[in-house]
Amino acid sequence: MSSSSPTLQVENLQTQFFTKAGVVTAVDDVSFTVNRGEVLGLVGESGSGKTVTGFSILGLVDHPGKVTGGKILFNGEDLTTYSENQYRAIRGSRISMVFQDPMMTLNPVLRVDTQMVEAIRAHEKISKADALVRARDALGQVGIPSPDERLKSYPHQFSGGMRQRVAFAIALLNKPDLIIADEPTTALDVTIQAQILFETQKLCRETGTSLVWITHDLTVVAGLADNICVMYAGKVVETGKIDDVLDDPKHPYTEGLIGSVPSRNKRGQPLTQIPGMTPSLLNLPKGCPFQKRCQYAAPQCEVSPKITKCEDGRLVRCHRVEEAMAHA
Amino acid sequence: MLAFTIRRLSQSVIVLFVMSVIVFAGVFAIGNPVDILINPEADIAEQEETIRRLGLDKPMWAQYGVFMSNALQGDLGNSFVHNIPALEIIATRLPATLELAFLAVGFAIILGVPLGMYAGLKDDTFIGKAIMTGSILGFSLPTFWVGLIFIMLFSVSLGWLPASGRGETVDIFGVPVSFLTWDGFSHLFLPALNLALFKISLVIRLARSGTKEVLLQDYIKFARAKGLSNTRIVGVHVLKNILIPVITVLGLELGNVIAFAVVTETVFAWPGIGKLLIDSISNLDRPVVVAYLLMTVTMFILINFVVDILYSILDPRVRLEGSK
Repeated sequence: MSSSSPTLQVENLQTQFFTKAGVVTAVDDVSFTVNRGEVLGLVGESGSGKTVTGFSILGLVDHPGKVTGGKILFNGEDLTTYSENQYRAIRGSRISMVFQDPMMTLNPVLRVDTQMVEAIRAHEKISKADALVRARDALGQVGIPSPDERLKSYPHQFSGGMRQRVAFAIALLNKPDLIIADEPTTALDVTIQAQILFETQKLCRETGTSLVWITHDLTVVAGLADNICVMYAGKVVETGKIDDVLDDPKHPYTEGLIGSVPSRNKRGQPLTQIPGMTPSLLNLPKGCPFQKRCQYAAPQCEVSPKITKCEDGRLVRCHRVEEAMAHA
Repeated sequence: MLAFTIRRLSQSVIVLFVMSVIVFAGVFAIGNPVDILINPEADIAEQEETIRRLGLDKPMWAQYGVFMSNALQGDLGNSFVHNIPALEIIATRLPATLELAFLAVGFAIILGVPLGMYAGLKDDTFIGKAIMTGSILGFSLPTFWVGLIFIMLFSVSLGWLPASGRGETVDIFGVPVSFLTWDGFSHLFLPALNLALFKISLVIRLARSGTKEVLLQDYIKFARAKGLSNTRIVGVHVLKNILIPVITVLGLELGNVIAFAVVTETVFAWPGIGKLLIDSISNLDRPVVVAYLLMTVTMFILINFVVDILYSILDPRVRLEGSK
């Protein structure tokens, strides 16, 4: 574990599902880097492969899916070469995950303390009493009032927001280097969402934990992330510093996404929207997958565009950027 | 909890009352016991004396009235055949059936839950499929036929296990039981397995579908994301969730097994209450039949009550309440 290497470095990751209807490439040639203490916003529509990317990093892609290519370097070590046992040892201890629906992530028939203590004792030889103390502190840390009593509760006795805090507390229990949060605030109302965002950001700053925040909501990443990675149909279309990308999107899809955020439009004006729908991964159009919905589509888009590096260090997958860079 | 208990008790009284009316009318439909009980050589005076003594001269509603007032004092009448209290006859036969039933349900849990969970976890492996095929056999083969095959195979051909009776018994609190002696247990094994076969198949199916459903839940994925071992996930997170339907069904099945072990008891000549019921029906021994059926109803009510309480222990979301 060298201190110089970034916490997470995903290189050309490819994850495929071998279904009866054919092979589906859910994640295709995805690369990004998360440094220590940094927050990466992974943005895309439903079905763009962002969740599968998260599960791929944790080695939790279920049958018939499989990571079929690329590298996942975590603290410099390639996780794709890990055995199931090695993977289990880092899951929940070095990398943890928070899920989208807080109503479903906690086991309904086990008490909160059971579910927290088991997460600690899966990775450390520690007495139950000591584990309980740590569980209580973790609940306090995420802002749950009277944690001692709440430890004895069952999940159904918590509200959705509280359950998501419990999920975060569980994710933080073993002081991981990386937390993957898969749309953790999507199911919550806005005020709770803001609280959780604020607290997560604070905790990550304090502990130096890196964060991959998966979402479809640009406004959430805008206030939270250092870097952003926009995915479309399993591919990264644009990735770079959050301010660069949001202020001056280079990929037409990113441009469309930003345009469809309500607050950016003038009052009374109709919202701009991206026409059409996300293509089915089972039969992607030839070439650029976005061409059918793209306002700049040209004959050259029949050929798959390559990732191009811009002068500000940002990576974009679009022929227009490719040409602009070639002429510059 | 208290309100729940009171509500349940009052419901139970109504159920028992309705059942007693139905059962009483039912036994009248089977036939007139006078034809079987009374010695055809006896003279008219003797016959009438017997009929009066058994209370059979009164109309049905009056007989029911007498029965009810006695029943409320805990007396369900004397057996026509043996002339001792019907409840006493049942009580002497009951331990044999209970022993059989509990062992059968025990088999169902011990074999059914792990096999079903395995089939659910390894759905598309050969063993997983073999378990499911086996459970179809367990469902569809008739109990009496399997019993006979068991006897043919294990008693007659192989000579491993005895085919009939209870074997050696020991008294525990004055109740004779078989399972504590080796000889008794060897007598108990085959009938219990025979009786259990259907329940094992049932539990396998429940456990498998439960496991498959639970495995898809987010909380299982979250448990894996926590880095828990497979043993812990399957043995705690999955098991505790699938036990709820298994307990419900087995609770009801326990009642069924006790009440209707008739076929197995007949095949293996097991001296339990199932055999008693068949004998009593053919002798038109009304008090025993009535007492038996009322006892069965009471037992189902009790078992349902226990199952409801087990629910609230297994599933914290269930709260036992007095009103909806």
